[in-house]
Amino acid sequence: MGMSLWTPDPTFYPSPRDAVAAPREKLAYVAAFDRSAERPDALAVLDTDPESPAYGTVVGWTDLPYTGDELHHFGWNACSSALCPSAPHPHVERRYLIVPGLRSSRIYVYDTKGRVSPELVKVIEPEELGKRAGYSRPHTVHCGPEGLYVSALGGFGEDGPGGIALLDHTSFEVVGRWEADRGSQHLAYDFWWHINHDVLVSSEWGTPSMVEDGLVGELLLGRKYGHRLHFWDLRKRRHVQEIDLGDQHQMVLELRPAHDPTKTYGFAGVVTNVEDLSASIWVWHREGSRWEARKVIHIPAEPAAPEELPDILKPFGAVPPLVTDIDLSVDDRHLYVSCWGTGELKRYDVSDPFAPVETGSVRIGGIVGRAPHPAAPYERLAGGPQMIEVSRDGRRVYVTNSLYGSWDDQFYPDGVGAWMAKVDSETFTFDERFFPHGDDFRGLRPHQTRLQGGDASSDSYCYP
Amino acid sequence: MTLTAVILLGAFHGINPAMGWLFAVARGLQERSRDRLLQSLPVIALGHLASVALVALVVGATGSLVTGTALSIGAGVVLVAFGLWRLLSTRHFRWVGMRLSLGQLAAWSFLMSSAHGAGLMLLPVLTRIPAGHHGHAMSGGLFVAGIHTLAMFVTAGVVALAVYEFAGLTVLRRAWFNLDRMWAVALVGAGVFTLVQTAW
Repeated sequence: MGMSLWTPDPTFYPSPRDAVAAPREKLAYVAAFDRSAERPDALAVLDTDPESPAYGTVVGWTDLPYTGDELHHFGWNACSSALCPSAPHPHVERRYLIVPGLRSSRIYVYDTKGRVSPELVKVIEPEELGKRAGYSRPHTVHCGPEGLYVSALGGFGEDGPGGIALLDHTSFEVVGRWEADRGSQHLAYDFWWHINHDVLVSSEWGTPSMVEDGLVGELLLGRKYGHRLHFWDLRKRRHVQEIDLGDQHQMVLELRPAHDPTKTYGFAGVVTNVEDLSASIWVWHREGSRWEARKVIHIPAEPAAPEELPDILKPFGAVPPLVTDIDLSVDDRHLYVSCWGTGELKRYDVSDPFAPVETGSVRIGGIVGRAPHPAAPYERLAGGPQMIEVSRDGRRVYVTNSLYGSWDDQFYPDGVGAWMAKVDSETFTFDERFFPHGDDFRGLRPHQTRLQGGDASSDSYCYP
Repeated sequence: MTLTAVILLGAFHGINPAMGWLFAVARGLQERSRDRLLQSLPVIALGHLASVALVALVVGATGSLVTGTALSIGAGVVLVAFGLWRLLSTRHFRWVGMRLSLGQLAAWSFLMSSAHGAGLMLLPVLTRIPAGHHGHAMSGGLFVAGIHTLAMFVTAGVVALAVYEFAGLTVLRRAWFNLDRMWAVALVGAGVFTLVQTAW
């Protein structure tokens, strides 16, 4: 789809240093879903241009053609990796959003060029994904050397293993299963790579039966959710090594490798430790020919009276931080950590990845805290900072509040609400002009944000 | 005139980031080593030479079996067809992997040059080498391939060093013209030219 350009797409940058100088985004795309599955999910488009009279409001909206998709994560059809020298194709356009339905297993392709509200151009049915790649419940999307990579939590007609499907990046057809040899890997969630080192890293959440009806207490206390990192040969598609973080560390979710392609380290967030309900951030790094991982951030649970807690937490008398997303700035200096349980967004200086220093914290929402946004100081907010997206220049941090339908309902049983906030990273305070919430999202729950032209979790670079 | 065309085509390949200098720069930047850049260039040129020489040898061998007219018509048809395919197809060369040994880098360059049709543009020149004596056509073809590759190598080397030492890669964002599309048009043009010349 699409004609090629005469010069490279202006949103492609050779190096992370160049990308930091990118112009600020004027639009943000947010995946929003209807928990009841009675109305279609949607892509909401937010105005992020402070000069615009519509700044901070929903200016575009595209309903999906079906119901019950549960939009979650999504990504671009092309990114800065198109400039990589091994197979350069810099004259393609970044214009399509690849939008998986995590519950329906459909994958949608939306065109964003020359319009505010994206327009549907293709639907990949669950059968195509299943028959060609053997997967269901598509999740993370990354553009890379072989086209589009889409991780998936489940198998086709089976609970697992989950893995990665490859899509052709021009026709968007499912090419097949990515793995040639999956080794010990069974659970799937996020993945990304060290592109110049031919290394892919993947993480573990759970299979569909373990997550779709909510967090299962017995599985959690039985330490059955994912607790490993997997390292792969990106070229040969082979599993190379696993690192077990310890089975008390349940749910290894988001992976944020250094953007600098000469580096071989990255950060992984762990949702909770079943021994003390703390959360943690780990650094993986290469030592000689082996990969190692080390815990570098520990975030403790906060004590709370049982009557303030939802049923699932009453026995523990504490609020777990629940680190559900982390995001690394393009210059690899700042790591943002969302604590969805306690309602806190933290920032760490990770210039030395092995010795992070906390440099900022803001509170919003939270299971007990219910902290308000300064734009609506008397409104007790449910949900917490969840999906984080950082602008390429590192100055703006966007957060949304929904985690995953059934899990929202367990941790925020009186309603998770819907809100999106923006933090200016220089002062590390909320932007009072940017707080779309409540009816702005038309009853839907906002999940991942993608920024126009790319963001801190969308592009990989082949030049330092 | 013909020699000038051969050299200019070599320079055209040399200047195209996709044909190798960019990979050499990337390898240098990755290790912060100009030596690694300099090591990569001759290997990339070798792969390019193999691709172009293969075309020259095929033309030489075919030329000893068929008439000059048939050879020119065949070359023209191949050029037009390949050029149209390059122009209309959205597919691009694919290669996964950034950590290559020098041998793998030569193989990459050979495949990249071949997928690009690097040697095909020399068809109008190669088909006009007098085929009176078989060995003469062969060595003439290899001479053309060698001169072409030398021009490519020198150009790529100058561009790679200039970018690595002074210009930086940010220049790519504006200066990386879609040479592939220009190339495809040129292939079709050369094919038509060859056919017209033969029919005349």
